[in-house]
Amino acid sequence: MTAFADGLLLLVLVTDLYILASSRLAACVRATAVQGVLLAALPLVLWGPGGGVPLVHLLLMSAGALAVKAGVIPALLLRAAREANARREVEPYVSLHLSVLLGAALVGLSLWLARVLVPPGDVAATLLVPAAFATALLGFLMLVARKYAVTQVVGYLMLDNGVFIFGQSLAGSLPVMVELGILLDLLVAVFVMGIAIHHISREFDHIDTRALASLRD
Amino acid sequence: MHLVALVAIPALFGLLTLRWRAVPVQLGALLGGAALHLGLTAAAWVWRPAPLGDSLALDDVGMLFLSITSVLFAAAAVYAVEYLTAPTHYEPAKLHRFVPYLLLFLAAMTLVTTTHHFAVLWVAIEATTLASAPLVYFYRRGPALEAAWKYLMICSVGIALALLGTFFLAAAATAAGPGAPSLTLRGLTAAAPAMPRAWLRAAFVLALVGYGTKMGLAPMHTWLPDTHSQAPSPVSALLSGALLNCAFLGVLRFFQVCLASGDAAFARTLLTLLGFVSIAVATAFLFGQRDYKRLFAYSSVENMGILAVGVGLGGAATYGAMLHAVNHSFAKAGLFLLAGNVLRRYGTTDARAVQGAVAQLPLSGPLLFALFLAISGMPPFGPFMSELTIFQAALAGPSWWLGVAFITLLVVAALGLAGVLLPMLQGGAPAGSVPARERALAVAPPFVLAAVVLLLGVYVPGALADFLGRVARLVGGAS
Repeated sequence: MTAFADGLLLLVLVTDLYILASSRLAACVRATAVQGVLLAALPLVLWGPGGGVPLVHLLLMSAGALAVKAGVIPALLLRAAREANARREVEPYVSLHLSVLLGAALVGLSLWLARVLVPPGDVAATLLVPAAFATALLGFLMLVARKYAVTQVVGYLMLDNGVFIFGQSLAGSLPVMVELGILLDLLVAVFVMGIAIHHISREFDHIDTRALASLRD
Repeated sequence: MHLVALVAIPALFGLLTLRWRAVPVQLGALLGGAALHLGLTAAAWVWRPAPLGDSLALDDVGMLFLSITSVLFAAAAVYAVEYLTAPTHYEPAKLHRFVPYLLLFLAAMTLVTTTHHFAVLWVAIEATTLASAPLVYFYRRGPALEAAWKYLMICSVGIALALLGTFFLAAAATAAGPGAPSLTLRGLTAAAPAMPRAWLRAAFVLALVGYGTKMGLAPMHTWLPDTHSQAPSPVSALLSGALLNCAFLGVLRFFQVCLASGDAAFARTLLTLLGFVSIAVATAFLFGQRDYKRLFAYSSVENMGILAVGVGLGGAATYGAMLHAVNHSFAKAGLFLLAGNVLRRYGTTDARAVQGAVAQLPLSGPLLFALFLAISGMPPFGPFMSELTIFQAALAGPSWWLGVAFITLLVVAALGLAGVLLPMLQGGAPAGSVPARERALAVAPPFVLAAVVLLLGVYVPGALADFLGRVARLVGGAS
């Protein structure tokens, strides 16, 4: 299963970089949906039959991740983007080329970090920890390098996906209710952010976060 | 059952009020929920609730923060009734956009104080952000939306890091022993001595940065002044007095695991360092602050720094920090409620546009002055005693110069507060204006809070001192 899991994680890294490089808002959001599908498959591939984790637990986790990360959240974000009449480009602070270069550097940093912090226990995939750190770090980059509220939520989502990937190394040690609770929190968070975007776009006629800079000392 | 009821009653009332929008239902649920919660919390002091497994349990640390939350919520609820039903200077307040979220916010904070499971703790702290965000943009104006957006994004990102820290701790526990790791306080403290240090330390750093963001420690505090200044005053009171403490509890739980590992020096250093940075940064922003609600918000950053320093130093300073948590919460909640009264009268949060508050607001003005003295650390109020305790402990410790730096920063901060607040309070009323007739419900809650702060400065009852001593010993201090 190792090779298969590593292949999956490699695809996650590809989606990370694709999100960072894409100039279209809708493409960004659709890529997070693809990433959601990949993440939903991850528990099954890593801990599948014979992995020592109850199958019901794995299926619940997988279904939950699929519904939240690949279904509801991308739909919410696409609607928020449409409602807000956002222009279709992502409006970067940091140019797309530079973003990709920085992204590649961060992937390198993650590979190095994973050599320093070797996870205890027997994790099946060698790419698990680097992919987790890389996804989280690139999410951070999206958060600070893009102007639109929707793209900032995409960054937050990637950060959360990175944490989710790392969590897979602990599969089975968290009660399934708690894991679903974490997913539910993410869902509600994006929902509340979506409502905030709705109000912001009504108040300001756009969702450029530069307008959100009046509060200062 | 007791613990389940404490969380479930406000949650249930919150969900009910989302559905039924009639004014009597909303007000009844708000006051009823506050009264039931206060009653259950008081009962927990007499009959300590039985834990439900290892996940839901009330220890002395949780009890302290639960009690603060419950009392402040009751005060804010009573105040909010007047605040929401009287005409405001913005628009007729819509109860159904306020009451449900306030109750859900209470449920989430209660869960933070009553859980011993680190993942549930994380879920609960994130839930406090989500429940309170609609309260922050209650007025739907541009600045309020901006504040809510920053609050949501910065705190959610911070808290995502805390989740990573929680997973790191689980990884450390996996390495420590055979079998699936347990993420309960009991399981983690048992596994702590055998945890690999690198993972434990990384986990603590992530938790400190993550929950520290929510707690308002500098340099992660940037959301706090915006949010506290834009939220309606009773919400600001709860954010400052109750919510910041709950995030602090998140940090303390991780600290407890570090203590059990026998390797707490690293965590202590980080807490002390971030604490001093917070006090210094907040002090710089107190001077010449133009907005009095932002002034109180920066003062909260300063006081969270004091708590972190107290716990970082350990020994008697930890006892001082626990006492200070009570003092700060009550004083700051009272100050924000009074800020609401000032805002009502003057229609602005611009400190320079407010003059003669003592003359114009015959009840709120003097109370504001009293609580200003309290939060500046003047005797005979409570914060003086708790700050003195931390100062003395620092002087007696190995790094006495930390104590000197501490007291110097506090004196400068008090000067900063005085520079903004005293001109607001002094001065006569403009000719022809009559002093406001203040309503009892708007003055009674801050009055009660101020009375408690005064009482704690004059005399700390023996039973309370014993209790705070037990709390301090749980988080690595002595009484």
